[in-house]
Order: sequence, then structure tokens, then C-alpha cells
Amino acid sequence: MLAFTLRRAIQAIGVMIAVGIISFSMFRFAGDPVNQIVSLDTPAAEREAVRKSLGLDDPVVLQFARYFGNAAQFKFGVSYQFRQPVSSLLMERMPATLELAACATVFAMVFGILMGVYSALKRDTFLAKVFQAVSLIGISLPTFLIGILLIYLFAVVLGWLPSFGRGEVVRLGWWTTGLLTISGLKALIMPSVTLGLFQMTLIMRLVRAEMLEVLRTDYIRFARARGLTTRAIHFGHALRNTLVPVITVAGLQFGSVIAFAIITETVFQWPGMGLLFVQAVQNVDIPIMAAYLLMVSLIFVTINLVVDILYTVVDPRLRSTLRRPT
Amino acid sequence: MIEPVLSVRNLRVEFVTRRDILRAIDGVSFDIAKGEVLGVVGESGAGKSVTGLAVIGLIDRPGRIAGGEIYLSGMRIDNLPPEELRRIRGKRIGMIFQDPLTSLNPLYRIGDQLVETIRTHLNLSETAARKRAIDLLAEVGIPAPEKRIDAYPHEFSGGMRQRVVIALAICAEPELIIADEPTTALDVSVQAQIISLIKRLGRDHGTAVMLVTHDMGVIAETSDRVAVMYSGRIAEIGPVLDVVQNPLHPYAKGLMGAIPTLASDTDRLVQIPGSMPRLSAIPPGCPFNPRCAFAFDRCRVERPEPIRHGSQSVACHLYDTAATETAA
Repeated sequence: MLAFTLRRAIQAIGVMIAVGIISFSMFRFAGDPVNQIVSLDTPAAEREAVRKSLGLDDPVVLQFARYFGNAAQFKFGVSYQFRQPVSSLLMERMPATLELAACATVFAMVFGILMGVYSALKRDTFLAKVFQAVSLIGISLPTFLIGILLIYLFAVVLGWLPSFGRGEVVRLGWWTTGLLTISGLKALIMPSVTLGLFQMTLIMRLVRAEMLEVLRTDYIRFARARGLTTRAIHFGHALRNTLVPVITVAGLQFGSVIAFAIITETVFQWPGMGLLFVQAVQNVDIPIMAAYLLMVSLIFVTINLVVDILYTVVDPRLRSTLRRPT
Repeated sequence: MIEPVLSVRNLRVEFVTRRDILRAIDGVSFDIAKGEVLGVVGESGAGKSVTGLAVIGLIDRPGRIAGGEIYLSGMRIDNLPPEELRRIRGKRIGMIFQDPLTSLNPLYRIGDQLVETIRTHLNLSETAARKRAIDLLAEVGIPAPEKRIDAYPHEFSGGMRQRVVIALAICAEPELIIADEPTTALDVSVQAQIISLIKRLGRDHGTAVMLVTHDMGVIAETSDRVAVMYSGRIAEIGPVLDVVQNPLHPYAKGLMGAIPTLASDTDRLVQIPGSMPRLSAIPPGCPFNPRCAFAFDRCRVERPEPIRHGSQSVACHLYDTAATETAA
């Protein structure tokens, strides 16, 4: 188990180095960084001084090592537009994005699994067919359209929910949360639904398909032949077997939820990392873009690692390939 | 007369498809007495497994029991509501399926699966159920059961898993065990062990066993009586020695003739010409008539009913002595 975790961790570090190279090369592809710092009429000697002070005259490998070393300590340089350290900008925005992503994922998991199980067990009922139709809409409608439709309905027409922002937030150390105030919670609803809808339909369809598959297996038939109650068969045996692949997908989707939050955050003017990134793209603020890329990949890689480990917790067969079979 | 444990009367099972209704089982009747092993033999698709599933009430849509009666120790069970039928499954009828590799839920320890089944049917505490589970594992021949009870299914070999499956099937002391090809997926050396285990359990507990297989060797070794099925009907049923040594039905004759022996020096194996008709194209009269060397006009028109002939019962017009005499 430990060897397995270590092996996966080393793979994860490898991936991060690769991403680091890409993010580092962004600086070089976007032209000479010195030009972006100094003004147009700066004399050449001064430019050289800046270049030297930033270490840009060192060999590329050394520069990369320094960049990566700094990034590993969450030092991403200074933003061009805000003139502030990128890491503090990101840290300020991160709670908003993580809270939104977490709420969206919880929403997607809870409703996705419930609807999936229902539509697998009661395949021919009217409600199951409604779920199927809704899931088709959720899968095919683009996120921004859903967001705008929700804003129109609940903020403009009905006036129940705020159309933008996080509402009031409470500060807990460096973390800010909207979960403790009414207005914060209200502000979370629409962005979470918008962001989680695609995931929800994905999970629902996955759970439905997996569950139907599992219900056809021999061990379910044997469980019925043993006279177990329908409840025990459906929720004890079938659901647990269904959840093995669902965990992977839901876990990996959490990464894309954070990445896709860019669109939702833009639609709802949600003060998170995604919005910061969009502004950075508009202003060619490369330190922020590079740091965002690294952060998102770090989250992805971490989630992957956690999912791999969770997998072995749920499925004993994977454990024994790592341990010696008794 | 002692009441048989299982009594099936004129059972019919149909599968409703979009185009028509397929009759998988058509008028099957048989009894199994306490402690008796009935072997059910036939080609694939003859309706052996469906008969077993019908008895335990696990025919799924689009299939349905279309007629006939099933009695378990005198109590009619084919028309029970699902919840009462569930209480019988696993408690009064145990079932063993073909593939032990896929019969157990891979995510649960075998002990959990045993305890779950025991506590569903018997009013026992967790510890008492676990104790019983260990005893059961010992009884089916699993070494060091108190240790192995906490193992997962994948930690057992195929033969050991089939023993676990058997332990699960007998955990509430059922009156009847239905074993659907219990040895087909196993190695030959393990087959013999499993067969003798089933036989021993049947003898020790007085359990009736319905043994479904296409392996005549298994039947000859285990069964007291044998039923030969063809196209959803019983062609011949009788004591195993009589049927093996003196088969009456032309199909049974062909089937026994197809078993190669070491003694006879044959170059080519005997086979029955043709193949079993599909369910959608069962010929009128006797379903075997297109392949039968002895078929006559009556076989193509009139369906043969079972006729007693000595210790055996055979569904074939050749043995309808009454009709032949009146004709003569």
C-alpha cells in the first residue's frame, strides 16, 4: 500500500514538472519579459540591469530550476496589472472558487446518484423518463446559457436570488466563506447549479448505466436466489459495486469543475480564480496565467492521487494485488 | 405415500417477445423425494436451467410461468406474492449457479455474505450467525474456516469459491437444493470433489437435490433418478441405472450412445444428426421427430404424452402399446 502510494506520488511529481515546463515556456513565447516590465523609452543599459536583476541572462535550465523552485514554494512572481504578488492574489481568490466547486460537486453527486439509482431501478416509470430527458438537456446545453437562463428566471423575473457576486462573506483566518451568511448561501445556489449541472447529468447517466449492468450480474442473481431483501440487494450489493467507477469519474470531474469554473465565474461575476484568470488573459498578465495553470494542474494531480487511493479502499481486489495474497 | 419435497405439475414457461410467444418449458412434470437427487440432463436450450429458475421463482421478464403448478412439501409456491417467495428462496430452497467466480459479490468478505444470508432467514445474533457461518464453511470443506471467513472472494480458487457458494445455499438448511451446472466451470479434478460434497450434504441433511447438468458422467455418479429434457419437455425420466443402461426414448438412446467408452474401439464418435429446433420453430407433434430414425406419421401430428414403461416414464409413441394393439 505504501509502495503503491509512493509510486503514484512520484508519477504525480513527474506530471507537475512537465506542467511546470509548459507554464515556464509561456513567459518565453509571449515575447521578452523585460519589454513587458519596462516602458518603451527605457535605455538599453537600464534594460540590461533589469534583465540581470531578474536573472533573465542566466541559462534557460537555471532559470527553469529557479522558477520551479519558487513555484514549489508558491512564489509565482508579481502580477503585471495589479503589481502584487501572484500568490497572494490567488490565495485571496481561492476560497471562493473552491467553495463554489465543492458545492457544485456535492450538488452533482447527491442529485446525480439519487436520480441515477431511481432511473435504473424504476426504469419504466414516467419520472425516470423525465430524468433521462432532463439529463439530455443538461449534457447538451452550454454552461453559460444555463447560467444566463437561471439569472433571467430567478434574479430578473422572480427576484429570489442575487444575479452576481458572493454576497456577504465571513473571514476565518485567511479563508473567506459565504457558507455562514444567508446572503452568501443564496448567492451560492445559482452558480453551483450552473457549474454542477453537467456533472450531475454525467453522474446520473453513469450511475444508471452501471447499476443496470450490475443488476444483470451473476452475483446479484445469486443474491436474489439467497432470498435477500430487495432493499439489501439494491442498496447493499448493487449500489456499492456501482460506486466504484462513479468515484473515479466524480473525482476526476472535480478537477474539471474547478477548470470550468472560469465560465461560471464570468457569468456570475464570482470573485474566484477563474475570473482572475479571464482578466489576466485579457491583459496578457502572464505570471497569473502561468500560476493558474500550475495551480489547476496541482489540484488535478492531487485529486487523481486521492482517487487512486480511494479506489483501493472501496475495491478489495486492488488491495490484494499490492499486498501478498494470503 | 410420503409427500415429495418438490412436485412440479405440467409446468409451462413462456418468453414474450415482440413477434411471438416462445414456449421454453412446455408441460413438464416431475417429483423429487426427500434425500433424492434428480439429475436433469439435455442439450443447451433444452430448458434445464429455466426449469430450475422457475422452481425458485427467478424467471425474469420477459419470461413468465404461464401454467402448471409447483408444490414444495405440499405447499403451492408458483403463485405466491413476491415477498413470500423471497422468504422461501435461500431458506427452503437453496440454489447453486454455474460460475463460482461470478456468483459472489467481489466487494464483500465471504463472512459478511454468509452472515447476511443467515440473518435474513434465521433469527440469530451477529455472533451466533458468524459462528454458524464458520461451521458451514467447515462443513463444505474449507480449511481453517475461522481465518478464511474474513477473506474476499478473489482470495479463493474456483473450487473453494464453489464450496462457499454451496455453504451460502445451505445456510438455512433448505429442503431442496437446485444446482445449475455446479461443476461445469471447474477443473475435472475439482468437479469430483464438488459432486461428492453435494451428494454428501444431500444425504446427511435429507435434502432433495435437483442437479441440472449436461454431463452424463456427473449424473451417473450422483443421481438417483434422471430426467432427459428435449425442447422444453421431459423425453424420459426414470432411475438412473435403467435410463443409462436401457434408454427408451430415441433421443435418450442417442444421448447415451454419444458417450464414448474406453472399451469400445470406435474411430468416430456417435452423434445425433441435426440439432435441437429453435424455440420459435418447434415442429408439431413430437419435437424430436425431424431427427428421429424411428419417426412415423403419428409423431409428426400428435404430441406424445408420458407413458409408464417399467420403472421409466417416456414420452414417445413407440411405447404406446395400447394404441399399437388397437391398431393391430
